Amino acid sequence: MSEKSIEERVKHIIVEQLGVKPEQISPEAKFIEDLGADSLDTVELVMALEEEFGKEIPDAEAEKLQSVGDVIRYVEGSAK
Amino acid sequence: MSQLANQIAVVTGAGRGIGRAVALKFAAEGADVVCVSRTAENSEKVAGEIRALGRKAWAHAVDVSDAAGVAAAGEKILAECGRVDILVNNAGVTRDGLLMRMSDADWDTVLDTNLKGAFLFTKAFARAFIKQRSGRIINIASVIGLIGNAGQTNYSASKAGLIGFTKATAKELASRGVTVNALAPGFIETDMTAALKDDMKAELLKHIPLGTLGQPEDIANAALFLAAPSARYITGQVLTVDGGMVMS
Repeated sequence: MSEKSIEERVKHIIVEQLGVKPEQISPEAKFIEDLGADSLDTVELVMALEEEFGKEIPDAEAEKLQSVGDVIRYVEGSAK
Repeated sequence: MSQLANQIAVVTGAGRGIGRAVALKFAAEGADVVCVSRTAENSEKVAGEIRALGRKAWAHAVDVSDAAGVAAAGEKILAECGRVDILVNNAGVTRDGLLMRMSDADWDTVLDTNLKGAFLFTKAFARAFIKQRSGRIINIASVIGLIGNAGQTNYSASKAGLIGFTKATAKELASRGVTVNALAPGFIETDMTAALKDDMKAELLKHIPLGTLGQPEDIANAALFLAAPSARYITGQVLTVDGGMVMS
């Protein structure tokens, strides 16, 4: 069994947390504007990401994560 | 009578007075209780009383105004209890004095304990409450936060602030099934009011339609009402328990 890519794991969490369809998720999609999240949803999304990747995301970084692509780039960058 | 069967409650200022009464009442109703108090001796004592009721109890000595200490205690509590269902922000102090003579230190002590303490403890458990899509936060304010009192500018400000904090937090967390309410006790017989002089007490009684000081159990009963599952549709409210002193 091949390990899921970071991108797949991130997308899976976003689908779960925000209750959106996988096809709505593109790298450009913004959580609040495009995916209907409210500010508390974005906090919960960060909490879920922290759990999935076993790593704390500082508030200053979390604020910058506004789109799907932002998250994927952040997680990939911090995984290195 | 187990309205809180198998729930876990955290009570700050649980060592004596209203906090102790709330902790014991919750335990009597089936809850396990985390007793937080500034001194280990007091929190241990009440934890022992709860264990005697056949419930689990944990004791923590924490200064509620110490951000790092509260964050660490919050993590430890969640780790050892597994979950928390109810938070009662009760820790409070007075440093009375006329405004013109009040020191910065007395202002800060009261605001830090009564208001910042509630903020820090709420923050420590908000994440868990949001995640589990349930939680009850009960802030112990005071009628003095509603009507003011000469000689208590610091205390009045802290309790009025706590009421505003209650309402704003209620709005923030409502969509996740978390309710946040405040109790506003009137004059309750505790160590805090024992410091009042007799003539002051007599004067106060004139303004209490029910004609008597309240007991810590009166506040505990109201806290139980807000903590119980049947209060699920109540949030952002201030319930005054004061013998009719303040009628709005």
